[in-house]
Formats: sequence, C-alpha cells, structure tokens
Amino acid sequence: MASHGIKDRVAIVGMGCTRFAEHWDKGLDDLIIEASQDTFASAGVTKDDVDAYWFGTAQSGMSGITLAGPLQLEGKPVTRVENYCTTGSEALRAAAYAVASGAYDVAMAVGAEKVKDSGYQGLNAFPVPNDGTARTLTAAAMFSMVAPAYGKKYGVGEDELTEVLARISWKNHQNGALNPRAQFRKEVSTETICASPRVAGRLGVFDCAGVADGAAAAIVVRAEDAHRYTDKPLYIKALSFAAGSGAGLIDPDYDYTWFPECAHAAEDAYRQAGITDPLHELAMAEVHDCFTPTELVLMEDLGFAERGTAWKEVLAGTFDRTGELPVNPDGGLKSFGHPVGASGLRMFFETWLQLRGEATPERQIDTDLTLALTHNLGGYPGEMVSFVSVVGTELG
Amino acid sequence: MRGIVSIAGYVPYRRLQRSEVAKFFGTGGGKGTRAVASHDEDTTTMGVEAARLALHPVPGAAPSAIWLATATPAYLDKTNATAIHAALGQPARVAAFDFGGALRSGTGALQTGLASTGSGTTLVVLADLRDGLPTSADESAGGDGAAAVLIGDDAPGTPVIAEYLGGASVTDEFLDRWRTVGDRRSRVWEERFGETRYVPLGTQAWESALKSAGIAAEQVDHVVVTGMHGRAAKALGRKLGVADGVLSDDLSATVGQTGAAHPGLVLAAMLERARPGEVVAVVALADGADVLVFRTTDAIASWSPARSVADQIADGADLSYGKFLSWRGMVATEPPRRPEPQRVSSSAAWRNEGWKFGFVGTRDRASGAVHLPPARVSMKGGAVDDMEPAGRADTEATIATYTIDRLAYSPSPPVVFAVLDFDGGGRFPVELTDVDPDTVDIGDRVTMTFRKLFTADGIHDYFWKAKPSHAAGAAGTTPAGG
Repeated sequence: MASHGIKDRVAIVGMGCTRFAEHWDKGLDDLIIEASQDTFASAGVTKDDVDAYWFGTAQSGMSGITLAGPLQLEGKPVTRVENYCTTGSEALRAAAYAVASGAYDVAMAVGAEKVKDSGYQGLNAFPVPNDGTARTLTAAAMFSMVAPAYGKKYGVGEDELTEVLARISWKNHQNGALNPRAQFRKEVSTETICASPRVAGRLGVFDCAGVADGAAAAIVVRAEDAHRYTDKPLYIKALSFAAGSGAGLIDPDYDYTWFPECAHAAEDAYRQAGITDPLHELAMAEVHDCFTPTELVLMEDLGFAERGTAWKEVLAGTFDRTGELPVNPDGGLKSFGHPVGASGLRMFFETWLQLRGEATPERQIDTDLTLALTHNLGGYPGEMVSFVSVVGTELG
Repeated sequence: MRGIVSIAGYVPYRRLQRSEVAKFFGTGGGKGTRAVASHDEDTTTMGVEAARLALHPVPGAAPSAIWLATATPAYLDKTNATAIHAALGQPARVAAFDFGGALRSGTGALQTGLASTGSGTTLVVLADLRDGLPTSADESAGGDGAAAVLIGDDAPGTPVIAEYLGGASVTDEFLDRWRTVGDRRSRVWEERFGETRYVPLGTQAWESALKSAGIAAEQVDHVVVTGMHGRAAKALGRKLGVADGVLSDDLSATVGQTGAAHPGLVLAAMLERARPGEVVAVVALADGADVLVFRTTDAIASWSPARSVADQIADGADLSYGKFLSWRGMVATEPPRRPEPQRVSSSAAWRNEGWKFGFVGTRDRASGAVHLPPARVSMKGGAVDDMEPAGRADTEATIATYTIDRLAYSPSPPVVFAVLDFDGGGRFPVELTDVDPDTVDIGDRVTMTFRKLFTADGIHDYFWKAKPSHAAGAAGTTPAGG
C-alpha cells in the first residue's frame, strides 16, 4: 500500500475561469457555459472531444445532469462531485485519475457555484436531518479560535498577531486589486482592516473571504498527448487528499494551532512530486485563505515556514507577490470570494496563467522556477478535508 | 413514615429590576426583582435543573415515577415529563406523567405523592414561567422557576428529612384568574372579590390541616402563604396565628411568584434553613386552598442541598427590560440574517436519546479515550465496539478555548462558544449560556446545563450547554462519572 501519485502522466491543456462576483444577472448555467466555453477554446476542442466530465458543486445542484443540461452533453459520463470546500479540486483529481488509468483520452473538470441566490450572507450548509445536537457555529467562529491559540503557543502578543493577520489580508487585497477576475479589486489599508467590524472572536470582516458566484474548468489529457493541444501544458506532479476523522474536535490533544489534515496532504504531495524544500522549489502557491489565521497556519502546515515562525515571515514579506514565495498572487479567497465548487479550479487557473507567463504584466510573478502548489481545504479546525496539488511546466 | 427525601429549588440566572418597567413605559413595574428564565429555558429545562439538584444529595435514590406539574407546559398532547426522565437518565420502567394546566396542579401533585404511602419514591417536579402584557401586575409580580421534591417512605440511604404530618384541601369554583388556551396573558377579576374568597378558604384549610397534623398553630416554626393573589396571601398570613418570625420570606421581592412551582420553591427555601424537629408548612391559594404540614427529622442535619435557593437568588445578574421583552416574545427583534435552524428529526433524536438528553458519551475500554458524542470506533487505536458509557452531564469542565460568533443563528445573539475539556477526560465544543461574553476566559470552569436550543416546526430542540461554575450548582462538582 502506498500513495504513488501520477507524476508527469497527465497534463492540463486548457483552462477557463469566470470573473468571481455577485453575478445577480447570471445563473449557474450561465457560469458553467462561460467557464466551459473558455476552456474548450483554450484547449482547442469541442464538448464532443471530451470523453468524460466531473462536475464539482457543493450545493448548487445535484447529479451530473446539472452540467450535462446547460452544455447539452449527450451520452457522456458526467459525475457530480462534492467534498466540502475542496469540491473543485476533487473534480480535477477525479478527471486526472480517469485519464491516468487509461479509461479516457480527454477528461474535463468543471466547478461552479451559485451562492448569491440564497438571500443570506455567507455560505450556508445544506441541512441534513439530524438529532439537533450538532454545532450551528459559523466557519468564521470555528477558525477564529486558531489565532489566540497560535499566539499563546508561540508567544505572539495580541497586537502583534493582529498586525500579522492584517498583513495577510492586506497582501491578498493588493494582489486582487491587480486581477481583473477578482471580486474585490481595491487595495485596503491595514488601518481599515483592523478597524473593520468583528464577525467572530477577534476576526473582523476583512479577515474573512468574500462570498461570490463563479465557475472554472480544466481539460486534462495524457502527458504524451499534451502538445497536440497546447505548447505549454501544465504537468500534474502531485495530487493528494486527506479527510480528517473529526477527532480533533473531541481530542484534548488538539490545540488549534495547526491543521493535521493539511500537513498530511502536503507531505504526501511533496513525496509524489519529489519536493524536499518547498519554499525554494516552488514558484508560487495558491492556498485556502478562508480566514487570515488559516493562511498563517497553512504556511507552517505546507512547510513554507518552521512551526511558530510563519508570523515573522508574513511580516517580512516572504509571501508577498514579489517575495521569496508568492502566496495567493491572484488575491486568494480574500479577493475572489468563495464559490465553493469553483475555488479549487480557480487556484489551478492562477498556476496556469503564472507558470505559462500569461498573467497581465503588472501582476506576473518574476521567477525561473517551474513548479506551483495549490491547496484547498474544507470543514473546520479539528474536522477538515484537505487537498494539495503540485503542477509544473517541465517533465521530470 | 412518608415525606420528603430531598428537595431543591431552581432559580434562573437572570433578574429583571422591576423599576426598569416604569423607566421604559412610565408606568408599571414596582420594587425589587423578578427571576427571568433565559431564552433557552422553558418549564421542562428548568424542571430538569431542579430535579438534578434534588437528586444530587441522594445518589441512592431510585424514583419509580416522575411527575411534572406546570401551568405553562412546553408541549400539549406530548408528555413533558418524558424529557425530564431522559435528561436524568432514568430507566424505562420509571413512569413519567404531566399534571397540566392549572396553577393548582403543583400542590396537587405534591399532596398526591405525599398521601400515597407505600407507592414508592416519586420525583415531583414543579415549574412555571409567569408573565403578562408589558406594564401588567403579572409581568412584575410573576417569576420563573422550578422545584423538585423527592417524596418517599423512610429507608436506609434515602431517609425522610421532612415527615409529612398531614394537610388539607378546600375547593371552590370561582373566577379569580383564568387564561384560555393559546392566550398570551392571564385575566383577573376584580381583586377584592378574590380576596374575600381566598382568605376564608385559606383559614378553613389551615385549621383543617393543623387538626389533621395534630399540632397547634403556635407549634409551627416556618410557614409561607403563596398564591398569585398577593393581597389574599398577605391577608391570610396575618390570620394564621403563628408566632412572630415564623412567617417566612415568600420570595416575591426577589424571585417573584412562580405560579405552579412556588409552593415547592418556598418549601425548599424553608427546609434548607430548618433544624431537626421543626414544623414547616406551606399554604397555597389557587381555586381553593391547599396546606401541607411537615416535621423535619434528624436526617435533615446530614442532608445538604446541592445549591440552596438562597445561593441561587444571590447569584443572579440583571437583564435589560428590552431583552426581557424580546425573550418573552413581547417584542420581535430583527433575527440574524442566517437560515433558521431546521426541525429536529424525531427518529434521529430517539436513536441518540442518551447523548441528546443525557449527555452520555462513550469511553474506549482499550485506550481510555472519551468520545463525545458516543462513537463505535475509537479515535485512539481504532478498537471497534469496545466502549462503555461515559456520562458528562454532572462533570465540571475547563474552557480550552472559546469564541464569540456574531453571525450564527441564535434566538439571542451573539453565540458564545467554547471548547471544553472535562474532568476525567473528554473534549466537546459547546455553546455557553448564562454568561456575559466579556467575562469568558480560557481556563474558566463551567458546568453543564440542560437547555432548549431552538424551536422549529413546533419541535423544541433540547440539548446541553455549559454555564460558568459560579452560576452553577454543586451538580457540577462531582468527580467524573461513568
């Protein structure tokens, strides 16, 4: 038994991504069609050239028909995927494995979410009939418990920690301001961030990801076929996934300063990709910054900083777009919002642009490195699913 | 010998200063305070808290029946005492019945239990929520609370602490106070009429009860006259013929009149102060008059209440009048912009009764790891189906970390939420209640309390929350059980 991965066996050869926004004038079908058409065009194929589809949506629809309907796919295998906030990443993982297995030549992953038709702010989980004893806490409240625990464990004072978290939010808004696909395209000062109304614990509005509608998609083929579709394929180096047991919620040993599921997924991904020094081997990383403390802790879970030191690296600018390892150069969930089914694929889309040198010049990262990481999580501290991928432009 | 084996009152944590009413409306209110049930309490949950306190000093007690008497039941048709039965973890063979509707049902249940010598041990739970329209006399004079009286025959391990000497009931059909089903408030006839009825009825019942108990009025050491008709109760008190200082505090200045619960609540307060060999009586005026007379036994010296009524009265915190009105549904405030919770699944709740109502998890026999909620597969070592029950309802816990959720749906935002580590093992993230958000801190000690989380589709969602131990009962000081 082992997690072998599929390094260099599958390549992404086309991608598309809508703008993420409060698309009052667009339905789920419109978002699906826009992202899919862009992706078909990007790979130079039609819907009939794609042998199988995986469609990620958390709660905008049920079954593969939610995708097959708007695209009018006939007789194609279309599977709906749901795995909390990693739904979009999971659609790609399934499509990539299907191609790697030899079952299909061309597979497509589409992720889409129409969040803004609910009439409520924030994301709201689909209720499953239950005994009434489950937590009804918001994600913001669950993640808000991370910052004080981290500060206490590593001796970071409350004010200093506030500065660190504000710096993360500031950085992601800076990046998003330059990105035409982002929901929020304004720089936000750290003063404004710190003065924003509290949502949960010490987290303010600007510590939280936005809420938006959106869709993104990718087409994958066998690596040896990639150049038939594009001159610049992205080779999949690693796809890893870890579902937590939920024990963190009830295990007194869990201290809310890290996400074991993310650390496990990262470890597996680095083994698959052969990475030993992520900080210096990766050109960039897209991580799941649902709340600012999440991004802080992820810098350690993903091995970008030693335990207890990420806060210093954040302040030093290590993860800025011009820093040693740009993190969320597209603006992250912070600037994009979080249409659950689409977010994972939106992260891949940023690696697609950056590694191929296709980001607009003012936000193109300057690097000779050829590898990028995406990280996507779902759930809460103590009860989480986590996805990590590594992609690259070179074989080997 | 039949009588009271244990007794407890339950006074909710919040207080309304009656002067706040006049500050807001320019009229109404009065002096002193009244006790206010939290937004997550009803007569069933308050009854559970009283019952837990009453059972705490007598771990060997095994009631054969649980009776709930209230004028404000959480459900009609469905028995409310079954939720109390479940929260106390009682076996199926223990009966659970409601005495419903009338204010008089409280004393009726007590008298029935006390008169049934040889019928086993009965846990009689009284609870009520009293209010009226804003500025009304009922709003100010009323109070919320509960009492639980464990009635039984004297036995080793469960001795009677107050022998029932006798009592009397006098019944009369007249309209002094009434409420039709579904009506938000009670209505009352002209006060003078009720007084002219209640005082002679009470006198008659008092004389008859003393005769039945075989004692004279001068021999009574503690007595309280209760009833929603305050003037009549005061007038009767002056006519009882008891010695000076015997007429005890009826708690109207601090708690308010707790309706069907009040005879039990004042009885608990009197017995908590009584010495062995004293005569204690309670007179209740409701659609007639009922009197119960007791003599404390030597066993009362070694009985100590889990948390006295006096301590609970002292440990209260003020509630604004605005919050009071919104908690009582008199003023509708803007709900959080989140979906309202869905109704509880009846079958899922039934399957998980021990967890939902009893807060009983499991402990893995192999690793010792405590699982809250219960699990079949251990989180440590993976043993399958090798678990034993681990109850944590009566176990104190320490706050490992906490947060305040200003977005989550709650009938009274914000939600204060903490991750708890229980003494003797077990961690559980749970909502806090009876707490000021600004005073919570890591390391604080908390105690579990049975509450109603919300109501959807007419279904009350009962589960446990935690409250600061300073506002808790000694029920939270026992060593880890199970």
